Amino acid sequence: MTWTSIFIAGILTYFTRMSMVTLIRKEMISDNLRKILNYVPSVVFPSIIFPGVLLDDFGTLVTISDPKIFGAITALVIGFFTRNVILTIVSGLSSYWIVIFVF
Amino acid sequence: MRSKYEIFKIGIKDVAPHLLSVFPFGIIFGAIGIELGFSPLFTYATSLIIFGGASQIVFLQLLSGGASSLIAIASVGVINSRHFLYGAVLSEYLQKLSLIKKLFISYFIVDQGFAVSNQYFKKNPTGEFNHYHLIGSGIILWFIWQVSTIMGIYLGSIVPEELGLKFAIPLTFIAIIVNELRKLDHVFVMIISGLAATFFYNAPFKTYIIISPLIGLFTAMIINKFKK
Repeated sequence: MTWTSIFIAGILTYFTRMSMVTLIRKEMISDNLRKILNYVPSVVFPSIIFPGVLLDDFGTLVTISDPKIFGAITALVIGFFTRNVILTIVSGLSSYWIVIFVF
Repeated sequence: MRSKYEIFKIGIKDVAPHLLSVFPFGIIFGAIGIELGFSPLFTYATSLIIFGGASQIVFLQLLSGGASSLIAIASVGVINSRHFLYGAVLSEYLQKLSLIKKLFISYFIVDQGFAVSNQYFKKNPTGEFNHYHLIGSGIILWFIWQVSTIMGIYLGSIVPEELGLKFAIPLTFIAIIVNELRKLDHVFVMIISGLAATFFYNAPFKTYIIISPLIGLFTAMIINKFKK
C-alpha cells in the first residue's frame, strides 16, 4: 500500500544519510580520496543547476533567449563579485521576472 | 572557543538566506500534493518521513500517475543517493560523536545544510562542538520545510505559477557553488557534471542525479593525477 511505500522510501532516504556518517572511519579516507571528496559540492550542485536552467518542464533544451538563462547568468555574475547569497538569489529571480513580465 | 549554542546559531544564520528558496518550494510542494489528489496527511507525511524536497515531488507524481510503489520508492532512493556523498564528506567531522548523535544528526543532512556546514567545518577544522553548526542549519531547514509544506497543503497555490518560483532552486545552488568558480579545476569539473546531468536527464529513475556527480568525481580524479 501507499502508506507502506512512504515508510520504505523514508527508511531508504534515511539510510542514504546515516550510512556513510556511521560507517566511515578516518583511517579509511586516504589523502587522495579526501582531495576527491573536496569536489563533492562542485559535482552534485551543477548536476541540479544545469538541468534546472537548461531544460524546460518536459526535459527539452530551452532556447538561448530563455529567461532562466538570463536569470542564471545574472546570479552567477552577482554572486561571483558580491559573494552574498541573498543578493545572488534575489538578483537571479528579479532579472528572471524582468524578462518574463516586462519584455 | 565558541560555545555549542553560539555555533548552533551560526549554523542557523549561515543557512538562513537559502530559506528564501526553500520556503516557496515547500509551499509549491504542499500544493502539488493536494492537486495530485493526495490527502493532507499523506502529503505532509512525506515531508516528515522522507524529508527530501525534489524526491517527494517525484514520489507523489509517480504514485498519482499509476506507477507501481516499487518504482516510486526506487526513484526516491536514486534521487536521494547523493546523500551518500554528503555523508562521506561529513563523516570526517562527525567521527568523534557517539552513534546516537550520529544517527540523530543524519536525519537533518540536506543539500543546503550540508553545503553551508561543510564550508564552516573547512574553515574551523578543530572545533569540538562543530556538529552544532550542522544541527542548527539542519533543524531550521527542517522546520521551514515542515511549515511551508503545511502552508502549501492548506493555502493551495497562493504562490502563482507564473512567478516560476521553482527557478529559486537552481539559484540557491548557484549561490552555494559560486565561490568555487575562482578555482579553474572546479569550474571544469562543474561544467562536466552539469553537462552530463543535462545529457542524462531523461535516463530512467532520475539516475542522472547520481551518474553525473560520479562522472564529475572521475574527472576530478583525472585532473588530480595530472596535477602531480
